[in-house]
Amino acid sequence: MAETLLELSGISKTYPGVRALDDVNLNVCRGEVLGLIGENGAGKSTLMRVLAGVIEPSAGVIRIGGNEHTRMTVTEATQCGIAFVHQELNLFENLDVAANVFIGREKLAGGPLKLVDNAVMRARVMPLLQRLGADFTPNTLVDNLSIAERQMVEIAKALSIDARVIIMDEPTSSLTISETERLLEVIADLKAHGISVIYISHRLGEIMSCADRVVVLRDGRTVGELARDELSHAAMIRLMIGRDLKALYTPPACAPQPGGCDIAGVVTSAFPDRQVNLSVRRGEILGLAGLVGAGRTSLARAVFGVDALLAGEIRIDNAPVGIGSPRDAIRQGIYLVPEDRKKSGLVLELPIRENVTLASLLDHARMWLVNGTAERKIAKDQARRLSIKAPSVDIEAVTLSGGNQQKVVLGKWLSMQPRVMFFDEPTRGIDVGAKSEIYALMRSLADQGVAIVMISSDMEEVIGVSDRVAVMHEGSVSGVLERDQFSEYNVLRLAVGQALEIQEAAAS
Amino acid sequence: MMKKELGLFLLLAVISAITGAINPAFLSFVNLLNMANLIGLFGVFALGEGLVIITGGIDLSLGSMFALLGVVFIDLLTTYQVPWPFALLLVLLGGLGLGGIQGFLITRLKMQPFIVTLCGLLIYRGAARYYTSDSTRGFGYGDEASTLSNIASGNVAGIPNTFIFLIVLALILGVLLHRSVYGRWLYAVGKNEEAARFSGINTNLVIATAYVISGVLAGVSTVMFVFYTNSVSPSSFGNFYELYAIAAAVLGGCSLRGGEGSILGIVLGTALLQVLQNLVNILGIPNSLNFAVMGTVILIGVLADQQLQARRRRKAALAGLARTAPKKDSTILQNAASRGAALPTTTGDQA
Repeated sequence: MAETLLELSGISKTYPGVRALDDVNLNVCRGEVLGLIGENGAGKSTLMRVLAGVIEPSAGVIRIGGNEHTRMTVTEATQCGIAFVHQELNLFENLDVAANVFIGREKLAGGPLKLVDNAVMRARVMPLLQRLGADFTPNTLVDNLSIAERQMVEIAKALSIDARVIIMDEPTSSLTISETERLLEVIADLKAHGISVIYISHRLGEIMSCADRVVVLRDGRTVGELARDELSHAAMIRLMIGRDLKALYTPPACAPQPGGCDIAGVVTSAFPDRQVNLSVRRGEILGLAGLVGAGRTSLARAVFGVDALLAGEIRIDNAPVGIGSPRDAIRQGIYLVPEDRKKSGLVLELPIRENVTLASLLDHARMWLVNGTAERKIAKDQARRLSIKAPSVDIEAVTLSGGNQQKVVLGKWLSMQPRVMFFDEPTRGIDVGAKSEIYALMRSLADQGVAIVMISSDMEEVIGVSDRVAVMHEGSVSGVLERDQFSEYNVLRLAVGQALEIQEAAAS
Repeated sequence: MMKKELGLFLLLAVISAITGAINPAFLSFVNLLNMANLIGLFGVFALGEGLVIITGGIDLSLGSMFALLGVVFIDLLTTYQVPWPFALLLVLLGGLGLGGIQGFLITRLKMQPFIVTLCGLLIYRGAARYYTSDSTRGFGYGDEASTLSNIASGNVAGIPNTFIFLIVLALILGVLLHRSVYGRWLYAVGKNEEAARFSGINTNLVIATAYVISGVLAGVSTVMFVFYTNSVSPSSFGNFYELYAIAAAVLGGCSLRGGEGSILGIVLGTALLQVLQNLVNILGIPNSLNFAVMGTVILIGVLADQQLQARRRRKAALAGLARTAPKKDSTILQNAASRGAALPTTTGDQA
């Protein structure tokens, strides 16, 4: 219909050992809303970061406004009229709206001092806010704005640089329904003014309602494109899946035993209006799948006592347990291998030995004095059992590789008596060899009667390692799959909040 | 770990030797005993400050605490004629209480240590001055607490009791910090509070305890200083002393970011500071340069230490790299092996 405004051709980005983007082609027309979808890790964010000039592509050409670029800088991207409304909003909460819109290109008053001219900036921002239908003024402190309003500030910022393409990365992930509708209206208005929008979202319903065209990424490749009249949930999901998954599965040595951990009616602060019900048996690995931000980590943190439990009950072997802090959880045998091992799993500057015994130190002490011999023995046992590659247990954890650091975190818990273990993205950033060691370890723990919950965004891992898979969507469990129901398609359907295959059978 | 202390000790020895060579009076018995007494007086509360700094916090209120507890202590003994063991106990409890309140505000109400203890500094000083109407309190001609006075300012075989007390205290705290579970927790909390909490450590309690210990030691120091000066002028007693403590701790290897430092280091840091002060007098350097000399030495000391540490870290990183580099080859082998092993049922052998 209209002229092509922006064209990406043959964009690749390789990191050592990973191909994040592989020969991606994408074009955006003037005044078009382009939906960009794909699973976690399909390469959407990387692609957009290439476009915004944050990442340099390994190969490929970006054509915009008649110019060709092999790479962009942030400044160039801005000059070309590409604006980014970030997933995590990048605003300075301590400054007002006008200052945020003009950050880095402040209007200065004349005179020798070149002071910032607030009046001019506010006057410039006012019409932008009116155009977006915002009901706050340019001198409002961003700290006092809601998430939706902050997004309007980001969009105003984009308008202020005369953006021709606005990239929105999961813009509605923390908006209410009415705020989402408001945003979709704004997008329609932008479109009417000839501004293009690249709309990245996991919410297929929104894509359906606003996109003129949808491009699907999978494993860093463009795998399909759907025109407006071809859009349907089923069509989109079918394009998003379809990787061949390696067989990783090791069946349990014996059937799951009764008992285990029941999470009943639990409400976390991340989703105060949703309840989570989930059960994991002893001897079982329960995969917990879902899109990023579906509330899986919040659930694990709440069960482990890091965040407050707003409501609900946790039962172990059918006995309710009160958990108010990680200390309580650990006393009950509930352990968490956290997502960010450097921040929450390890004290990096302490040696392996002290990290391994950090949680159980009182057990290796007499009269509060640490028994050095016992401590060293425990640490060495764990290092041997987990084959941690280090010259000695006295070297600092910071010098280890990611996989070995994760093993130290595991060693901390395995030196105690786990009953329920949460693994949050246990193999993120870990090489393949260490990955399969960790899978084998989870299986052997399960076979010893530990109930295991594995949070993972890696589809291969979820389907390949779990005995059952529970899928979370927007703060609650949208479905549980048994092994014979395992498929990428089913997991993804549940993850985007669709019901299971009965409807699907009718649709196809 | 011990390298830092060894370096500090050598610095102390070299400075002492040079000063002694220039003016032998520095190494005279009287001067050494005088310095030992001062090291004892200043070391006790520096140790408490050190524990607080290891948590990543700071205690600015010590000097004012001395003034407040000092006037109360003297008043208890003279005006109220309270027997000295009770007065001593009350002062220690006072220090414990003030430390407890600060610890509570910092851990429970999540206030910044700098602000809490800065307000402590202002409040305690003000309270002390108001309580005494800004007048100096001292002992009369009676011997209200001669026993305690003899203990606090006496000596054993010429060695000042304050110094002996410091050594005993350092031994106890050394065991607490370097050998006990609490000490390990303190370092862990100071380095990474979140990871400590994720390991089930009651981080709030660990931090608050450090402030309580610091408060109690401030109570002990109060009593020692009161018998050292025999009077308390509420507006000047203990002024700036918290800065001496912070300086000693930092010089002794504590990082204000937390998680670093040792008892031996803090004692050596205190000793070095007192030697510097003494050296200014002995070498005839104008007394007004006192603080400037101290500041310069701390600045150079911390700078040198940082450079050495950066070098050590680079070395460690290189060593780590060398360890992981050959692993790249073996991962592939291992990967193939473990993938083969992952398919059939090989589960029991890991148990």
